[in-house]
Formats: sequence, structure tokens, C-alpha cells
Amino acid sequence: MARSNTNIFSLAIFRRPGISPADRFFRASVLTVALSVFAITAIVAYELVRNSRLPIEKFGWSFLWGTTWDPVAEQFGALPFLYGTLVSSALALLIAVPVGLGVAIFLSELAPRWVSDPVAFLVELLAAIPSVIYGLVGIFVFVPWIRNVLEPALSGTLGFLPLFQGAPYGVGMLTAGIVLAMMVVPFIVSVSREILMAVPLSQREAILSLGATQWEMVRIAVLPYARSGIMGSIFLALARALGETMAVTMVIGNRPEIRLSLFEPGYTMAAVIANEFTEATSDLYVQALIEIGLVLFAVTILVNALARLLIHSVFTKVEVRE
Amino acid sequence: MSKPVYVIEKLNAWFGERHVLKDITLMIDLHQVTAIIGPSGCGKSTFIRCLNRLHEVVPGARVAGAILLDDADIYGPTVDPVTIRRRVGMVFQKPNPFPTMSVYDNVAAGLRLNGVRRRGILDERVERALKQAALWDEVKDVLHKSGASLSGGQQQRLCIARALAVEPEVLLLDEPCSALDPIATARIEELLLDLKKSYTIVIVTHNMQQAARVSDSTGFFLLGELIEFGETREIFTNPKDRKTEDYITGRFG
Amino acid sequence: MTSALLLRRRLTNIVMLSLTGVCTALVLGVLFFILGYITYHGIAALNWDFFTKLPKPVGETGGGMANAIVGTIKLLALASLIGVPIGFFGGVYLSEYGRKNAIGFSIRYAADILNGIPSIVMGIFAYTIVVLPMGHFSSLAGGVALGIMMIPIAVRSSEEFLKLVPASLREAALALGLAEWKVVSFVVIPTAFRGIVTGIMLDLARVAGETAPLLFTAFSNRFWSRGWLEPTASLPVMIYTYAIAPYEDWHRQAWAAGMVLLMLVLGANLLSRLILHRQLRG
Repeated sequence: MARSNTNIFSLAIFRRPGISPADRFFRASVLTVALSVFAITAIVAYELVRNSRLPIEKFGWSFLWGTTWDPVAEQFGALPFLYGTLVSSALALLIAVPVGLGVAIFLSELAPRWVSDPVAFLVELLAAIPSVIYGLVGIFVFVPWIRNVLEPALSGTLGFLPLFQGAPYGVGMLTAGIVLAMMVVPFIVSVSREILMAVPLSQREAILSLGATQWEMVRIAVLPYARSGIMGSIFLALARALGETMAVTMVIGNRPEIRLSLFEPGYTMAAVIANEFTEATSDLYVQALIEIGLVLFAVTILVNALARLLIHSVFTKVEVRE
Repeated sequence: MSKPVYVIEKLNAWFGERHVLKDITLMIDLHQVTAIIGPSGCGKSTFIRCLNRLHEVVPGARVAGAILLDDADIYGPTVDPVTIRRRVGMVFQKPNPFPTMSVYDNVAAGLRLNGVRRRGILDERVERALKQAALWDEVKDVLHKSGASLSGGQQQRLCIARALAVEPEVLLLDEPCSALDPIATARIEELLLDLKKSYTIVIVTHNMQQAARVSDSTGFFLLGELIEFGETREIFTNPKDRKTEDYITGRFG
Repeated sequence: MTSALLLRRRLTNIVMLSLTGVCTALVLGVLFFILGYITYHGIAALNWDFFTKLPKPVGETGGGMANAIVGTIKLLALASLIGVPIGFFGGVYLSEYGRKNAIGFSIRYAADILNGIPSIVMGIFAYTIVVLPMGHFSSLAGGVALGIMMIPIAVRSSEEFLKLVPASLREAALALGLAEWKVVSFVVIPTAFRGIVTGIMLDLARVAGETAPLLFTAFSNRFWSRGWLEPTASLPVMIYTYAIAPYEDWHRQAWAAGMVLLMLVLGANLLSRLILHRQLRG
């Protein structure tokens, strides 16, 4: 089927002699359906822009750095949500990256294949658990535990830092970060594991033959070789964290304020849409929320594209060198 | 006669169920080049990978028998393979510099592992290793470019320099020229003759002319067995075993 | 090499490698904790009423989530109606005609973008194209949101399974003089069928747990939702509203709903794993 695989770039091919009308019809139909994927993606972007006209016209760029979110006064500034999204995601990565890399290293370097594959499957199950379930366990288990155990411990030991000051509510930035970390860790593990396993044996043997221990092998030869792919997996996880809604909404406290302490409640872009959309009474209010969705859309696309670029670059590098 | 560096007795090796080395017994002399020849799949690569305990890195690989390095069994129960590999350098079939490191860092990698941190000492040892590998003149101005940016022959000499930098006692080369062109090959052969003044060298090769040119002793492997071992001149002019003769005269393999 | 240095290196080796094991244990621990905790509370809360009764008004205990279960099934059916055909035929295009050309590349890229869009944003999209014109929340809007979310995974997994069909099989069929569309429809697709169905099952399991895109599309409903144009309750949204409510009895029901949803999602994952495993073997 080499003929048909390679090129029907131009529609002219449908007129090529030798293709029966039935075949031509079949091709045209599947192409139409396939193009609808493209169309839908474009329409999503279009609809988001179209339906956030009002706040775009009224606030312009100040929408992004305004700190007041006051529906009653029709004053909408999204900075607290941007801040909350970025901080909770960063916190999640701070936890998930070292842990996820640790798991990936364990699975690719230490565990034999018959352990590595099933464990990798189990870790991926974490990604299959619905967000709202994380929220449910978050509210009833993690929030009380963080309020009663973790936050007092942190303020007792690291309380001199402004990050760990204030009353331990349980709900807040810290809890959101921890729950998000659990949710994105499988993305880091599964992509990194595959990338680590793709590092050629010759690289490992090179450093081992110089008298490296296994950990030194990982640190000096394996991780640097895989670094852009690992970065890719981190960006993939970041994209997930940025757009995560339910679990965060349920544990972050939903207060549109910018506070340095991680114990304080915050708010994210996704959470404010989830909470206020059905209550939004005026068109401007609804459209302000849609504009937040637009910003979220743009940011996640950017981060996703970066992730794919990085992961792709590793696999092509490996292919060339093999 | 010089003193043997390696004494190998009844060495057997397996990959899972496959018995790839059978009762190998031989000695490797100090400051000599020992060549291991044989058709592909005869176990010659496995053999030298046992000499620095790299064979066991492959899952399912197993070894029995004794390999004495300076009278101590490297497979002894308390021996850490890391210390053996530190004393026995290795160069592989395909050049494998670390692509994310500069030329300089490639050579310094082994030194840093062993705790050499002082810039002055590092500079000096890197320069010496690169000179020993006859690469210094070509790379002294690009020391901070990636090791992967060099040509294939240069990369292989970089790998030799990397192995030499930690000043090993023995240098193992596993078909080091198979991926190189004739000119690069000639440079490496020349280099080996020079290096044997200070190192004991074991080279695996499928190229009999190369073995004849560079080595003092030669071992011929066939199907996991050592068929014949002796002075290179003897092996190539007056082989004792019929199979050796068939192989070196090109009747099979 | 001083032995102190060697000792330190060996120690670092052991410590760091053990830490990777600790990380693995930690992540598996979180998984098993969540599964165990939900099961523990879910079993205690689950009863026959949960599957057969409507929710009780605030203040009364008891009742169930029958309407939400049916609602979720209806939403998934609607979603499949949109997601499966587009995903499947899109996958056929990518695998059979679009492996290396620019259209194939851009469709793959579009699918990746679509897959990366946060689910809450998909909710907004369904809101703007269904809820706004109609003027009210509906099952239809929720189904559209979930259906569009299904498309990217359905496209890519169908493509992957179709690509696994060996080229020799296609060539053999073409050599027999079969028309191209017949080769694809009667040789290639049936060969990959089991894989494609598995992929779609996983895809359904994924959107079954989505809450965010339903909040302002399907909304919720305390009663049975008739037809496709009324708002409907669904399990994920019920879990959310019941979990954040201050009533003990609602929390109990949230656990029950959580367990049902989790079993659904994990069951689909395990089943698909089993099917694929057998397919790859035989």
C-alpha cells in the first residue's frame, strides 16, 4: 500500500486515473472525517476568543495583571488565578519530579523486566483515577492530615521562612500542590522510564568501564543523555497540572488572593471557572471566566508543544546514534 | 620472560542457557599486546568482557572459573567490580563518547569519579592522556566542544584517552577499528605499539592482519573454545592446530 | 584511590539506589491507599438503594443515585456517538492514507492539541456551542463535551492498532484484485478490531470520570432526566456536590459513588490490559 500511504497531499489525486469511484469516495469520506479533527480544534480556539470579546475590549491586557476580582463591581483581574495556578503547579512539580525520576530510575535500571512492567502499569493507574476521586480523598484524608500533622511540623521546623507561616487551615496552596503531585507523577514516570530505557547500552558500558558505580552510571551517563526527554516529561506533567480542575478546586480553598505562605488558601484559573461559571449573572462576568479559559488554553498548548518537541528530539537522537 | 598480569583458569561463561565460553585457560603478559581472533560469535568479545567484569552487566549472564589479576581473583566474593574496572580500561567496538560532555570532560570523567577535583591536576592529566592517544594536536583548540562533534577515528582515540586518563594497568580493546576507515585504523595500530611500553593490552579483532601487525601473542577462539594460544609469529607461520590454519588461511570464517 | 573515597562512593550508590526504591514504594503506596480507602468506605456505604432510588432532599437520609448512574450512561452513549466515529475514521485516514503527508501530520498535531486542552475548557466550549444557543443545560451539551474529549485518544489509538496490521497483509489482499476500500474495510479493520475496541473502551473509561466539563453543560438534576434536552445528574458531578456539602449522609453516598466510578474506570483499564496482552501473545 506504499502508493496510497505516501501522498494524497493534493486533492488532485482523487482525479487520478486508475482509482475506482468507490475507492475515491472512501478516501474522500475518511479524509473529511479526519479533517474534522482539525476543524474542531480550530473552532474551540475561535469560540473561546469570540466569547471573551467583552472583557478583552474592556480590560485589554490589564486583565492579566489586575489583582481585583470583584463580580459585583464588574472589576475583573485574573492575576490571583494565574498566580495560584503557577504556584500550585510549580509546587506539584517540585514534589513529583524527584519522586517520579526516582521511580523511573528504579524501574529502568534496577528492577528486572517482570517487575518493571507491572509496576509501570500500576503507576499509570494513578493517572486513570478520576480527578474528582482525588478531590474526595483530598477533602476527607489529606486536608485533615496536612492540617493536623504536616503543617504544624513544617511551621515548627521551617517556620522562619515566610512560606510556612500562618494558621494551618489544611485547605490551601500546599495541599493543592501535594494532591497535584500525586496526579502528575505517572506522566513523569511513564515517559521518563521509556526514555531511560532507550539510552544505549554503549553509554552505560563506557562509564562502567571507567570504574563507575551503578548510581554514578545513572548520574553521569544515563540522565544527561536523556535530559531533553526528561524535560519533555516534566512539561507534559506541567501541562496536566495547569489544567487540572476538580481535585484542586476541592482542596485549594478558593480565595482570590495572592499570599506568600503556602498554608494560605489560593485559587486557580481552572477552579474559578468551575466554581463561578454557573453563578455568573452578567455577560461580562461569564465572558471574563471564558477569557480565563482562553488563557489556560493558550498556556497549556504552549507547554504541551514544548513537551512534544523535547520528547521527539530524544527519540530521533537515539535513532540516529543506534 | 615477563611476568603474567592475568592468569585465567577454566573460565566458563553463559548468557542464560547459552554456554559461550568453555574452559578457557591462558596467561596474559605484562606490557605485551595480546590479540584474540576468531570468527564472529566465537566468544572473543565475551572473553575480554570477563576481564573487567563487564560481562555480568547483561541480565542473565553468568561466569565460572578463575581470573587472577596480579595474583588476586577478580571474581572473589569480596571483590567490588568497580575497583577492577578502575584498574582495567576498555575501548569498545563503536566509539561511545558521552555526547553531552565536551572533549575535556569526556577525558576527565574517570578522573572526577576518582575524586580528582583540582583544576591544575585535571588539566595536566587530560593533556597527557590526549597526547598518549595521539589526539592532543587535533583537539587542543576544541577541548570545550562536544565529544560527539569529532570524526569517527578521533572519537575512538578520544575513548582511548578517556580510558588512559585514569592510568589503568590493562587496556582492553574490543574490535576498536571495526567502525573506522583504513587511515584511522592505521593511526590506532601505531598508537597501540606505542602504548604497550606502559600498558598491558588485550585486543579483540576479526582482522587477522591487524592481529599479526600489532600483537606479541595471539589466541584463536572457535565456538567458545580456545583452540590455540601462543606467540603471534608462531600462530601465523606455524599453527599447530588444523582449525587455526584453516582460519588464518581464510578457508572459513 | 583512597579507600575512604571508595567507601563514600559505595555508600552514595547504596543510598541513592535505595531512595529510588523508596520513591517507587511511596507512589505505589499512594495508589494502594487511595484504592483501599475508597473501597473501605465505599463498601460500607453501598446498598441496593444506591442503584435504585432517587436522591433524597436535604435533611432526609437514605436515597440513592439511580438517576446519576443512568445519567452517566446516557452521557457516555452520547459521547461515543460523537467520539467513536470521528476517532475511528480519523484513525483509518491517518494509518491508511496519512502516514507521512502534510495532512496526516497536521491532523496528528491537531489531535495532540485537542488532547492537551484542559477538560474545564472543553466544558466552556460545549457551553458556547450548545448551552448558549439552546438557552439551558442539557444531557446533549454534556455528551458533546465528553464526545469531543474522546476524539484525540480514539484517533491516535485506532491509528496505532491499524498500523500494527502488517503491510504484507494489505499487499496480499490488493494482489488478489480487491478494491482498496474493500481491503481496508474487510481485511485491515477486522484484523485490528480488537485493539481498536480496547482503545475506545479505555477512552470511555477516561471520560467517564470527567467532572469539570459537565458542571455547566449537563449540570445536575435531582430527578430523572427525560430525553436528551434536560439537565442530568451524573456520578462524577454527584461526587463533587456531595463531597463539598456539609451533610454526613451525603458524604457516605459520595464514597459509594466514588467506589462505583473507580471500579468502572479501573475495571476497564485492567480488562483492556488483559485483552491486549492476549492479543500480543496470540
